[in-house]
Amino acid sequence: MKTKIFPIFLIITFSITFYVFYKGLQNSNIYTPEIKSEIKIPSFEAKEFFSKDNVNSDQIFIGSEYYLLNIWASWCIPCEEEHKYLMDLSKKENIKIIGQNYKDNFANAKNFLIKLDNPYDLIFSDNEGTIAIEWGAYGVPESFLIKNNQIIKKIIGPLNEKLFSEIKELTQ
Amino acid sequence: MNILKLLITVIFLINFFSSDLKAKNLGTEITKNLRCLICQGQSVYDSDSEFANSLKILVEKKLNDGLNEEQVYDYLKNKYGDWILYDPGFNKNTYFLWLLPILMFVFGGAIILRKVILKKKKL
Repeated sequence: MKTKIFPIFLIITFSITFYVFYKGLQNSNIYTPEIKSEIKIPSFEAKEFFSKDNVNSDQIFIGSEYYLLNIWASWCIPCEEEHKYLMDLSKKENIKIIGQNYKDNFANAKNFLIKLDNPYDLIFSDNEGTIAIEWGAYGVPESFLIKNNQIIKKIIGPLNEKLFSEIKELTQ
Repeated sequence: MNILKLLITVIFLINFFSSDLKAKNLGTEITKNLRCLICQGQSVYDSDSEFANSLKILVEKKLNDGLNEEQVYDYLKNKYGDWILYDPGFNKNTYFLWLLPILMFVFGGAIILRKVILKKKKL
């Protein structure tokens, strides 16, 4: 009897280990930060894109309006794809689109807006990319839907038809 | 000859300790313990991605603002979750991670002890 305990224990341990690793195989090995909603927006200071004046985050996100913060760059190809959705959203009255120009060259970014039109109510520059980290973002494009200084939806990657209608629904 | 050996040893030791001191830059230490989210598998210190470069600047900024090492980790953990740290804290998600080696050690020790006792009994 005594000698049987160890083989059984060994088999159980092995099975558990096998199960854990087997389960792990199905997990994606690319990590995306968990999307925490209802978190307060960070406070930061930045330079306005055109005028280079200092702007504070408190001056940008005021009141109970909807804001869509969009992190973009002229060198980012998916940003071009999502641009038409931003243009559509900019026609909506109750949502303001704020652009965060991420690590970009001013002339290129300006050309990008001339070529594809400017959907943004306000743009500020994030040349070092540190403001993106304040938002918990790690790439471009990323968008945040904001109301009452709270992030109510975080979108990693470009907007698409589905996300576009979701935003429309949320801001009804 | 012995004096020469001793001298070489002393020189080596001095170099060893002084180089260790030089590497103790807090910002570097912190970024070495951060996982780059773009090129996963590399630390922020090793990576040259846009994200990692920004994070290096931010860590320096936060340190200049007077945050200590622990506060910088907390700040980033708050933004990106435990995953960003190579040395995650002890919480309900990491019990298994931290306790498994100890369990294995105890279990292995038990097996060895058993073998030894059995052998002694046979003798």
